[in-house]
Amino acid sequence: MPLLQLEGVSKRFGQVVVASGVTFQLDEGASLGVVGPNGAGKTSLFGIISGDISPDAGTVTFAGKNLASVPGPTRCRLGVGRTYQIPQPFEHMSVFENTLLAAQQGARTRGRKSFELAYTSLERTDLAPLANRPAGTLGLLHRKRLELARALATKPRLLLLDEIAGGLTDLEVSELTAIVRELQREGVTILWIEHVVRALLSTVDRLICLANGEIVADGDPRDVLNSEAVRRVYLGGAIINEAATR
Amino acid sequence: MSEVTSSLESLHVRRSTFSPLFTLAGALVITAFFTAAPWILAASWVSILSNFFILLIMATMWNLLAGYAGMVSIGQQGFVGLGAYATLYFAIKGMNPFAAIPFAIVTCAVLALPITYLLFRLRGGYFAVATWVVADSAMLIILSIALLGGGTGSYLPGLSSLSPTQLDHDTYLATWFVALAVVVATYLILRSRLGLVLSSLRDNETASRSAGAKVTATRRLIYVIAAAGCGAAGSVLAISQPFVQPGNAFNLNWAAEMLFVTMVGGLGTIEGPILGCVIFFVLQQTLQNYGAWYLIIFGSLAVAVALWQPRGLWGALRQKTHLELLPVGYRVRRSDGVETTSS
Repeated sequence: MPLLQLEGVSKRFGQVVVASGVTFQLDEGASLGVVGPNGAGKTSLFGIISGDISPDAGTVTFAGKNLASVPGPTRCRLGVGRTYQIPQPFEHMSVFENTLLAAQQGARTRGRKSFELAYTSLERTDLAPLANRPAGTLGLLHRKRLELARALATKPRLLLLDEIAGGLTDLEVSELTAIVRELQREGVTILWIEHVVRALLSTVDRLICLANGEIVADGDPRDVLNSEAVRRVYLGGAIINEAATR
Repeated sequence: MSEVTSSLESLHVRRSTFSPLFTLAGALVITAFFTAAPWILAASWVSILSNFFILLIMATMWNLLAGYAGMVSIGQQGFVGLGAYATLYFAIKGMNPFAAIPFAIVTCAVLALPITYLLFRLRGGYFAVATWVVADSAMLIILSIALLGGGTGSYLPGLSSLSPTQLDHDTYLATWFVALAVVVATYLILRSRLGLVLSSLRDNETASRSAGAKVTATRRLIYVIAAAGCGAAGSVLAISQPFVQPGNAFNLNWAAEMLFVTMVGGLGTIEGPILGCVIFFVLQQTLQNYGAWYLIIFGSLAVAVALWQPRGLWGALRQKTHLELLPVGYRVRRSDGVETTSS
């Protein structure tokens, strides 16, 4: 049984279609990358899975449970953790309190266990030395790490990563990619939207490309990037050749 | 992994930047002083303090509602009025008005719960206007009840056996103990797991939901608690008058005052409404011979604070000094010498 299954999911905002019959499934422990041009519906897809957005049609099933009437916080408690493309820290709370909330509410831990889970999440993302800093004072890299740390503190079975490498230097991207690979080894299922294609190629074992709310390609990452449909809607020829040879 | 285990063994989490004994000692001194106030202060000061505590109760509840749960209400005077009239109703039925205070609190909480199912369908400005509509609707219903005096109101029975001095003392003690209970309850709520959820709601609702916090249920609980608190304020207000009139009990000025003192003092902090009330009453007493000038000055101060110090005067002070009289946060300390930075 797949961990996540989307069947004919559709959503439109007025005339804008963000999902049109999206169907795919993801096994436990697998890692799937999502690429596509801006406005393709990638982040909306995450919203539909995490419960921020209600689909107009179709079903989302997680661990065999239809999520249609399951609110976002309950989905998190079931094991759907997510990060946001634009980091959303609790700015007036400390870095530690950011992850502590996730540990207490998302992972349903209490007392010492919640402290340990929150702190471990900070250690894994190299944020522990900044634990008492107000989250609003963090720079972009640390905000992205805090997004990841907070998602980790919910003890996710499925982790939705929304452009966590965007705007970072090569070294910072490598560090974040290493963290994601470690999570993969631990059996966390990864669904990762990313424009930094090399980060995806070094991490995911499958790739889909979205355009206008539809899946235009699905399969091996390099095959997907080499496909004519993906070239047409997303990548230029020079970029794809460079990416595919890495 | 062994590194993680060893660092966890040395992990300590504290709730304040200084010894909680200081807070406790300070709280005991303040509690002793205000409890003894009727016997050591002039009657006029006792009366001023009664009004101070009534506003403090309202402001603390409004702060919990708007400053933490993000529900900007301009209709909390509805629950002030309902609390006052619930006290009047129970007193008419033969209950001692002081004993009616907890019943008035419960009445407001029970009435608030179904109202949330209507109000929570609205957001932002629509929510605020709807709370006002609810308050006015409650007043119109009360106006139509002859038992409660209709449009003219009614004298609160059950207090005539007390001498004026005894009534003043008892009224003061009731307002003081209710205010103390409200501030302590708010402090305990904000130190609990619920408090962390409220702090996250204050900062970012979307992220709060995605971290697993049950936002709607939390908001519903806080709305009911705030209604109960404002009902308590209404109840002690009724006793302090002690003539209960719809125009006074449901007065929109209550909403304006609780909003202004919270904004000036500091939205989203426990200390903020206390500071705001102190400033409000100092201005009121200092400028009492100049008519409504204290209100004009206080209003101007509120506008200035909203423009230049959106987190209020206490928020600004805390940012500079890291001072927290009633700490609710968590601080990490490692006993193996590894320091975590705080700024």
